[in-house]
Amino acid sequence: MPKDGGIGASSKRREDVRFLTGVGNYTDDINAHGQAHVFFLRSDVAHGKLNAVDTTTAAAMPGVVQIFTGADFEAVGGMPCGWQVTGKNGEVMQEPKHPVLASEKVRHVGEPIAAVVADTLEQARDAAEAILLDITELPAVIDMKAAVVANAPKVHDDLANNLCYDWGFVEENKAATDKAFLDAAHVTSLELVNNRLVANPMEPRVALGEYSQGTDEHTLYTTSQNPHVIRLLMGAFVLGIPEHKLRVVSPDVGGGFGTKIFHYQEEAFCTFAAKACKRPVKWTSSRTEAFMSDAHGRDHVTKIELALDADNNFTALRTDTYANMGAYLSTFAPSVPTWLHGTLMAGNYKTPLIYVNVKAVFTNTVPVDAYRGAGRPEATFQLERVVDKAARELGVDPIALRRQNFITEFPYATPVAVEYDTGDYHATMDKLEEMGDFSGFEARRKASEASGKLRGLGVNCYIEACGIAPSNLVGQLGARAGLYESATVRVNATGGLVVMTGSHSHGQGHETAFAQVVAEMIGIDESMIEIVHGDTAKVPMGMGTYGSRSIAVGGSAMVRATEKIINKAKKIASHLLEASESDIELKDGAFSVAGTDKSVAWGDVTLAAYVPHNYPLEEIEPGLEETAFYDPSNFTYPAGAYCCEVEVDPETGKVSIERFAAADDFGNIINPMIVTGQVHGGLAQGIGQALLENCAYDENGQLLSASYMDYAMPRADDLPMFSVDHSCQTPCTHNPLGVKGCGEAGAIGSPPAVVNAVVDALRSAGKDVTHIDMPLSPDRVWAAMQ
Amino acid sequence: MYNFEFQKPDTISDAVAALGAEDAQALGGGQTLLPTMKQRLASPKVLVSLKGIAELQGLCMGDDGSMCIGGATNHATVAVEATSYPALAATAAHIGDPAVRNRGTIGGSLANNDPSACYPAAALASGATIVSNSREILADDFFQGMFTTALEEGEIITEVRFPIPEKANYQKFLQPASRFALVGVFVAKFADGVRVAITGASNDGVFRWGEAEETLSTNFSPDALQGLSLSDSDMIADLHGTAAYRAHLCSVMTKRAVMAAN
Repeated sequence: MPKDGGIGASSKRREDVRFLTGVGNYTDDINAHGQAHVFFLRSDVAHGKLNAVDTTTAAAMPGVVQIFTGADFEAVGGMPCGWQVTGKNGEVMQEPKHPVLASEKVRHVGEPIAAVVADTLEQARDAAEAILLDITELPAVIDMKAAVVANAPKVHDDLANNLCYDWGFVEENKAATDKAFLDAAHVTSLELVNNRLVANPMEPRVALGEYSQGTDEHTLYTTSQNPHVIRLLMGAFVLGIPEHKLRVVSPDVGGGFGTKIFHYQEEAFCTFAAKACKRPVKWTSSRTEAFMSDAHGRDHVTKIELALDADNNFTALRTDTYANMGAYLSTFAPSVPTWLHGTLMAGNYKTPLIYVNVKAVFTNTVPVDAYRGAGRPEATFQLERVVDKAARELGVDPIALRRQNFITEFPYATPVAVEYDTGDYHATMDKLEEMGDFSGFEARRKASEASGKLRGLGVNCYIEACGIAPSNLVGQLGARAGLYESATVRVNATGGLVVMTGSHSHGQGHETAFAQVVAEMIGIDESMIEIVHGDTAKVPMGMGTYGSRSIAVGGSAMVRATEKIINKAKKIASHLLEASESDIELKDGAFSVAGTDKSVAWGDVTLAAYVPHNYPLEEIEPGLEETAFYDPSNFTYPAGAYCCEVEVDPETGKVSIERFAAADDFGNIINPMIVTGQVHGGLAQGIGQALLENCAYDENGQLLSASYMDYAMPRADDLPMFSVDHSCQTPCTHNPLGVKGCGEAGAIGSPPAVVNAVVDALRSAGKDVTHIDMPLSPDRVWAAMQ
Repeated sequence: MYNFEFQKPDTISDAVAALGAEDAQALGGGQTLLPTMKQRLASPKVLVSLKGIAELQGLCMGDDGSMCIGGATNHATVAVEATSYPALAATAAHIGDPAVRNRGTIGGSLANNDPSACYPAAALASGATIVSNSREILADDFFQGMFTTALEEGEIITEVRFPIPEKANYQKFLQPASRFALVGVFVAKFADGVRVAITGASNDGVFRWGEAEETLSTNFSPDALQGLSLSDSDMIADLHGTAAYRAHLCSVMTKRAVMAAN
């Protein structure tokens, strides 16, 4: 019998009522009295010397309030980078200045050069067209390997070259790893591209800056996944506004997928301009601007090699990756190809020796940063592709090869610095074999052949790391932020609760799932609990939502704060019941004295806390409000096994996904329906990457896929009915909920399954195809068959 | 979008007069023109909507048995009402999405002559006659290359007359992002021969594949196409397909259209 509330119940998403009935409050719904609008004049060349920006004519046009250029921002800081990576020889990464508005040079198509603030957006746009730009175009560097050869044009003249860092991990393992390759019975190698993506949340980015002259207070409304982090980065590093004079509000946000983690120029601009212009300044991104100013994702070029002994045991793994940073370092860009990628290269396997080299490269393209999965999809894709290729080369069953090399004992310390606390990879693979009906595959393949189609089956495993932590460790690794989360639980006199969380919901259903946790702990109805997030004036502190960390870290903070509430409430109850505190039990929203029928209701205790007439004032303070900060002791490690069955039309190369199954281990689960939805969304994005999405530049740095006419998003009819299971549960051992996180798994685990399946289909027709780079668009698949 | 004047005449002659103004532009369903204007890539001074002209709306059967479609008739209407020409109705039913089909018009599509649009293939393969406010133009003379037609400045498509073939079919291979035709082939078999028109593939816009027509006119079967192929020299090459891929798809889609028509 399914529960109808609390932990484990598929409670309906309470926030969906407002989203689905059009009464949500998104940033663009917010308009301030007297607001002006800003239009950004953006570079249409990828690389050029900015000789002059003449705003004389434009400034005199109707409605123009003020025009800003790079010169106006010389006195403020550049956009900060939140992670410093140290290279393999101890050298600190090259970190260029990232101005709010371009000065001296433009470095990618879409970089803002000037900002026109006017009464209306159309007036701002009219005036922007009258700005005269004098730009001397320079050769653009687009290809990463070409960018790091000697004498390549430099993206940043003041840096030594275009190499941001050259990272080796674990450097101490390198010699032993190289030797293992010399000793190997078999080596499988593969060169591949992890295609550049554009996140494309449904809601484009928006920023509205306000300034109160009377109190010298700034307010920024912005589409952010972590408003407190924006407050810190923008206040402390860019504009020099102390946090107590700066409020950042991120109300309903329509999807983030990572791209709304970062601090963007438009946010700093609107905050700065609101004070300079003495009126609120608003910017709403157009979809075209989003394509050329939202941080992009992925974009790795990798060579991976797997060494095996004569018994097909993995003995060593070696990778060589070029990771595109774009023209500037976005907020967390350096961490993605390193600490979120190299640390996951063990995957689900007990490979004893691993060495990862990553060269991060500056190019004249939009900055690249975390996108759903961030580093972990890149790790999973190359590993699961090379394992599949090895199985083919050795003529062994790809599932058997994986099982043979699975990690089976936990905790397991990988050779890439992380320790998996728990897992059961055979269990998820067993579940997958059941869901995938592999015994029926040959019959399905024959049926496909009868209709002229090639059928293929692809399987893969994945492991990921969520809830990046602990703060003291990530600090050593170069993070310039803590990675805890905070929660404040405020109980009102009449018994209702407000939970203020530093996690931010932009579609994940936190308002529902978080309420379930607190309701379970106290034994009250979920409707008595309100979840508040996304406003630095309401929530004391927060690190935000990314990396599938919200339930594992934010949820744990909430548990800790609620425990404090319960402890204090028990003290009050023991006073009211004239019993010893140690005898008080909380069950179903009532406090009772163990072994008696004496009890007092939750509401009576909360009322006593605020109307303390009969209250132990000499022992405890009135009121019932507690805050907790939770800093995890380790990452969490969700893992699973996925399979994909495709049909390929051999005449056109078109791939159709016929079946897809996902067996995930997320540890304990708060709301199964929400988890299923998260997996569905992740699968859609992973399959989108595998089959459709491709952010492409030409050699001059022009963005070829700058709209939905050329950037293919997955649509419902591109996807099959998913078979999803999360009944294999090995609870996380180090957080109080035993949860692992589920937001990114689908996007991490699905691309290799799709590619493995298509390669299998083509090989079934006798085609000597070992790899096709994503997206597996019809033309690419057809070309591979020729 | 820049400012413009908007006019919505209710007769063809008023529309023609309005289009005589400087930088005036006819507006059908606006499915191409309006996004272009929003991006400030087009800046007509006067927009003359053809939607208010009753005689440009709707379908009827001509005395010669052809299907006549008013120039401002939207795709959704053709999809439902062109029952005498099922292949044409099916073509209209798969243009764009419901919003596009309820706004976009046949006259607008033909006048724009997007190299990836569906209707040009249907009109050319059917040997349609494009009727304007001043003359009648055979489809073979109408399409003159990518975004180029025989229409003069200010000339309005008032009607399109489709002879109804014995058999016909349109096969569209979708460009994955836009879902326009990466290659679309319309095959129409008449008593006096077969016509094959291809959209999406060529740098010159919609074109007829003479060799396939000749072969199919003697043997209207997919097997007859065996060994026939188009040169890739004038084919479009872009992010979604090489010239060679498009040339290959022309053969595949033609074969499938013949198979479906039979």
